[in-house]
Amino acid sequence: MKRYWNEYQKEIADDHFFYERSCIRQTFFAGSETTFLRILREELDKDICDNPHQHTCTGIGYHSDVVPFETTMTVVARLFSLMTECGYKNFVPSCVTSFGVFTEMMAKWEENPALKEQARQYLWEACKREFEVPENIVHSSDIIFKFREELKPKMRYQLVNRFTGRPLRVVEHIGCHYAKIFPHHGVGKAEFPYVLAGMIESWGGEVVDYPERRHCCGFGFRQYLVQENRGYSIANTKKKFESMEPYEPDFILTNCPGCAMFLDKWQYTIAEMEHKTYDQAGYGIPVLTYEELTGLLLGYDPWEMGMQLHQVQVDRLLDKIGVAYKPEEKYLGVGGKLLPTPLKPEILKQ
Amino acid sequence: MGKLIDMIRQDVRFGDSLKACMNCGVCTAICPAAEFYDYDPRRICDTVQRGDEDEIERLLTSDTIWYCGQCLSCKTRCPRGNVAGELIQVLRSVAQKMGYYRSSEKGRQQEQLMKGIGQNILEIGYCVHPDRVDPAYHPEQGPVWEWYHDHIADVAPRLGANYHGDGAGALRNIAQEDLDEVRRIFEVTGGMELRNYVLPTEEKDNE
Repeated sequence: MKRYWNEYQKEIADDHFFYERSCIRQTFFAGSETTFLRILREELDKDICDNPHQHTCTGIGYHSDVVPFETTMTVVARLFSLMTECGYKNFVPSCVTSFGVFTEMMAKWEENPALKEQARQYLWEACKREFEVPENIVHSSDIIFKFREELKPKMRYQLVNRFTGRPLRVVEHIGCHYAKIFPHHGVGKAEFPYVLAGMIESWGGEVVDYPERRHCCGFGFRQYLVQENRGYSIANTKKKFESMEPYEPDFILTNCPGCAMFLDKWQYTIAEMEHKTYDQAGYGIPVLTYEELTGLLLGYDPWEMGMQLHQVQVDRLLDKIGVAYKPEEKYLGVGGKLLPTPLKPEILKQ
Repeated sequence: MGKLIDMIRQDVRFGDSLKACMNCGVCTAICPAAEFYDYDPRRICDTVQRGDEDEIERLLTSDTIWYCGQCLSCKTRCPRGNVAGELIQVLRSVAQKMGYYRSSEKGRQQEQLMKGIGQNILEIGYCVHPDRVDPAYHPEQGPVWEWYHDHIADVAPRLGANYHGDGAGALRNIAQEDLDEVRRIFEVTGGMELRNYVLPTEEKDNE
């Protein structure tokens, strides 16, 4: 069988990365960013800079049309100047929206050098700063993809159902701005993205192909951010769930933090609105970030990674994989502080 | 003020967004917004390509340009390399500069977005932050989010986050010197000017 994605590889640097944090991942999956840095530093022995002077790329504001192009371009230039100042050349955004914004600005500068010069002038006027364009820009999931085989021998678990001995069936969902805007920046390009499928296959799982695999998660920026518009968002997510449901996936894996949040939270909302869940037992389909999955297989504590913050509970998936975990520690605070537990939804089983 | 079509063409994104549309409709076929709204990116490309001022003004004052969700799936599939979603960004920019966004219900939502996301960026340096995802406004987030929102000071450190701390780490406070540079970028590049188009006078006075 011809593997088309093999023709669409991209360059992913080996070491010395500058990490650009994500507003959405920090908000909803702060433990995933911690886990990513831990994997790079402790498992792969890589150098990655977490610069305290970074800030939002403004991407959500840019795609919601409250930040002009020139402003976002210059904010990007400032973030590149932090990278330059620290002596790094390999830029790694955690957010897929940010990845799209950075690659958009780099593409615009390449085709229009006068625009890059304008960015330099704006940045100098505003901040008295200078910048270099990264030599290598990849999404953080690309790095885990690149080193997936190197990580495999360190893993305590595989993507195998310990009760049946069969590979776990995984839906992978790639954020739209990872490869749809600039396909050559994505592993496998836009039509055959392989960044998450490669992890799943290497670690023993089975990738589920389904009709709406490439459909947007439904975020839609202003279509979610404005409460009155959220019908757009949930309707598009629902379309994906209905399409994947017959394949009975064990979980969904994402590289975009927004997608991970929507695919998780809308299952709760659909259950409340329509009494509908997308697994036969009524618990919903767990949604994992690629950092959580990697950490889980490496034996990291799921609660230290923040997996208790998912609305669709992950416990039954942990049982399937055979992960050793302590249910009684799930909702503890730092230092073992006892906290009340979350309320239980009426429909979605917990 | 020049013609609307000239304003549209002056945007640096215009050249990439609309080269020569042959009206095949692939963008509409792939578009999530077209499945949900009465929305047809093919017709938008056609309207702009024809350059009729009256038609463009009708478009800019309508709800239509605010339906796109910016997934940019259209870019991947257009056989001519057009990007309907990027053209939408250009049209929205002109609609705000001209005040046309106030003529439509969806357009007027820009004020809400500017008060939310726009304010977050300038005040705290994040587009989104857990402190500002209020469960009352986000019932779809569910009871686990409400729990995290209520107990974040106890839970975030367990996740390795630096919630409201100084220095590096997830959810740290962004230093005032860095926020000042971001604000200065907004002043120099037109970000504050756009805020002034969109925010009501009393909101601007409070800054």
